[in-house]
Amino acid sequence: MGIEQKLGNMGVVTHRLEDVVNWGRTNAMWPLLFGLACCAIEMMGSQASHYDASRFGMELNRPSPRQADLMIVAGRVSRKMAPVVRRLYDQMPEPKWVIAMGDCASCGGIFNNYAIVQGVDEIVPVDVYVAGCPPRPEALINGIMTLHEKVRGEKLTKYA
Amino acid sequence: MTQDQLVVDKIKAAYPDAIEEVVDFRGERTLIVQPDKLKAICYILRNNTDCQYDFLSDIVGDDYLPEFPRFAVSYHLYSIPKNHRLRLRVWVEDPDEGPETVGPVWPIATWLEMEVYDLMGIRFQGNGSLRRLFLPEDWQGHPLRKDYPLGYEEVQFSFNWQEIDAKKPYAKD
Repeated sequence: MGIEQKLGNMGVVTHRLEDVVNWGRTNAMWPLLFGLACCAIEMMGSQASHYDASRFGMELNRPSPRQADLMIVAGRVSRKMAPVVRRLYDQMPEPKWVIAMGDCASCGGIFNNYAIVQGVDEIVPVDVYVAGCPPRPEALINGIMTLHEKVRGEKLTKYA
Repeated sequence: MTQDQLVVDKIKAAYPDAIEEVVDFRGERTLIVQPDKLKAICYILRNNTDCQYDFLSDIVGDDYLPEFPRFAVSYHLYSIPKNHRLRLRVWVEDPDEGPETVGPVWPIATWLEMEVYDLMGIRFQGNGSLRRLFLPEDWQGHPLRKDYPLGYEEVQFSFNWQEIDAKKPYAKD
């Protein structure tokens, strides 16, 4: 389908390297396996059979940060947890992306107090914010698709 | 005789002046006791065959900021054989010299007192392991005290977006 028509007689496809690399990155973006609060339940829901995030090549949650490309911060981050989240982010190899899932991870949400980090962007650079308390699986998948769109537009020189 | 009255009698038999006040609220009895007699009373409540308060469910600290004494500590006891709940309460005048630990009576008290120390800053005498339990080890202050700042962050609306955004500490890549 599709690729056979492009192959022609010579069996060769020409394409921009950037697009091929970004295509590979978007379609096998493995998230880091951790959840901090109730948003994690919706994250599990989006990866289970009903919503099936494996359609986008991300059915595999990696329990090791060294094998993960995407960090989904699902839930509130307490001040005690913040150094741990930052350490996990530092251990992920480049290229890496972060989705702040839900209101708590995006801006502190209802927890406007001393114990909760007011937005996870204070400790890790965030690419996509997903609103909702908690966001439904459709919203998270929409956030992932938004991130994919961003990744498709990235230049290779960013990581050179 | 009800269990409520029995408990008061047992304590009064041993220490006539130890109970400062008896409070009944919605069928629950609270005994306000003298801090220096607290541990001895706890031993009676646990060991006496008519009491048998073998389970310390919780230790709670209270802060009544403008008043003196400012702090109070409540001990929530439960007797599994008698199916009865009792609350002991002591007033704390100086949080640095809090009530004596009841760790020798119920070992779980060591942890519950650690929690009260962590969040309220009441030092229990004789508890050798008072340290940070829930908060990070380098935390300053005790956040459940009434004079501790709440740490609210000003909410970002469209009219003050720039102002808040300039102050917000964003992470480096």
